[in-house]
Amino acid sequence: MTVDLFEKFDSTLDEYNKLPEGELNPFTVSMDSVISPTEAIINGRKTILAGTNNYMGMTYNAECLQAAEDALKNFGTGTTGSRVLNGTYNGHKKLEETLKDFYEAKHAIVFSTGYQANLGVIATIAGPKDYVVIDADSHASIYDGCAMGNATVVRFAHNDPENLEKRLARIRKKDPDAGILVVIEGVYSMLGDQAPIKELATAAKNHNAYVLVDEAHSIGVFGKTGRGVAQEQGVENLVDFTVGTFSKSVGTVGGYCVSNHPKFEALRLVCRPYVFTASLPPSVVASANKALELIKDSNLRVKLLENSMKLNKGLANAGFNMGTTGESPIAAIIIDDKDTAVAYWQNMMLEGVYVNLAVPPATPNGLNLMRCSLSAAHSFEQIDYMLERFIKVGKDLGVLS
Amino acid sequence: MTQTTTEIFDQICELMAPFNQKSIDIKTDTTFATDLELDSLSVMDMLAAIEDHFDITVPLNILPDLETVGQVAEAVKDILDE
Repeated sequence: MTVDLFEKFDSTLDEYNKLPEGELNPFTVSMDSVISPTEAIINGRKTILAGTNNYMGMTYNAECLQAAEDALKNFGTGTTGSRVLNGTYNGHKKLEETLKDFYEAKHAIVFSTGYQANLGVIATIAGPKDYVVIDADSHASIYDGCAMGNATVVRFAHNDPENLEKRLARIRKKDPDAGILVVIEGVYSMLGDQAPIKELATAAKNHNAYVLVDEAHSIGVFGKTGRGVAQEQGVENLVDFTVGTFSKSVGTVGGYCVSNHPKFEALRLVCRPYVFTASLPPSVVASANKALELIKDSNLRVKLLENSMKLNKGLANAGFNMGTTGESPIAAIIIDDKDTAVAYWQNMMLEGVYVNLAVPPATPNGLNLMRCSLSAAHSFEQIDYMLERFIKVGKDLGVLS
Repeated sequence: MTQTTTEIFDQICELMAPFNQKSIDIKTDTTFATDLELDSLSVMDMLAAIEDHFDITVPLNILPDLETVGQVAEAVKDILDE
C-alpha cells in the first residue's frame, strides 16, 4: 500500500475547507485591477488597501515608474540568468552602489527577494560549528535560514535582552571559541513593536557574537534618512549585517544585505540562494534604485506615522482591544476567536476595506488579528473611512459593545 | 551529581503544567502533537522552560526528533551528561 504524500496535509485542508469559496475566502483574494497605492478593484468593488505593506506608496511614484519603463525598454523583461553568470547588468551594480551610499556601508549584495536574503545570509555565514541565536518571534525566512544551514540553532524570548544574555552565556561556557550570529528584526510585523537593539546587541557583543538586524518593515519608515530602527535608535555601530527588502517601502521586489565585514563579498561565491537563482529584472532594479534615492531625502515617514497614529488612536478610542500603539505603521486589533476574526475580515471586504486576517502560527502568542499596514499615500479621508467601517463591523459582530 | 532519566522526566512533567491545558496524565510515550495538541511554537516555548530549569542549551535542530515527553527527557539527559 503506497502512502499518499499529501495525507500529512489533511488537517490543514480540513481547516481550510471550512472557509467559504469565492469572495469571502480570506486566502484567495485577487485584485481585478489596481488604481493607486491605496485603492484597487476587488470582486468588482472599489476597495481601500489597508494591508499591503506599501508604506511609502512607491508603487505608483512617477519617477520610479519612469525609471522602470526606461529599463524595460533598454534592457528587456528579464536577465534569464544568475548574478554570477549573465544576470549582472549595470543596473544591479548601480543598485548596490546606491545601497552602500544609503547605509554608508562598505559592501552591499542584492538578492532576488527579501526571503532569499535572510535564507542565504543566515544559512551561509553560520556553519556547522557555529551558533545562530534568534528571537522567538522571528519571521519565517529567519527560521527557514536556520533550517537550511548547519549551525546549532537557539531561540531566545522575544525582545528580552536578559533571556538572550543567559543563552549566550550557556553557549560560551560550553563552546568558548564558537562563532555566534544573533538575529533580530528592527520592527516585528504583526504588532509593530521595535527591538531594543542597543540592549540586545550589547549582550551579543559581550559574548563576541555578530548581530544581524532585519529591517524589512523599518527601511524607509524609521531613522533620519530612512535606514531603519538601528539608525533611529543611534546604534548602527553595533550592527554587523543589515538585511532588508524592496517589497515594502521600496515598492517593488527584491532583498539585500549590507555590511562592513572585510570579507563580505565572499558571499557572492558561496551563498547558494544568491548563486542558484535568476537575478532581478532590470525594470525592478531601476525602480528600486530610484525609490531608495527618494526615500533617503523624503519626509513621507512623518506623514506615514501620522496616518498610523490617527488610525490607532481612533480604534483605541472606539474601545477596540489593541495589539499596537501607533508608533509603527501597523494598526492591529485583537479578536478573541478565529471564527469572529474570519467573519470580521469578510465584513470589512464587503464594506470595501482590505485588511490582513492574521492568525497563528503567523502571529505571536496565539493572537487573532485584524492587521492594517498604513501608507504615507493614505489620505485622512481614507483613514476616517477605515475607522468608520471598523466600528460598524465591530458593532455588527458584537466585538464592540 | 548526575540525574537519572526518571528524575529528569519528573521535573519535565512539572515544567509542562502550563502547556498541559487538557490536564492529561503525562507518561513517557505521551506525544506533543497528538496527545497534548501542542503546535510547534508551544513545543519551542516548553523547551525554553526546560533550558532555563536545567541551565542547558537545547538546540532547535533536535526538535524534529522529539515526538514524546520521554524522548525530551532522554535528550536532556544526553545534554547534561555531555
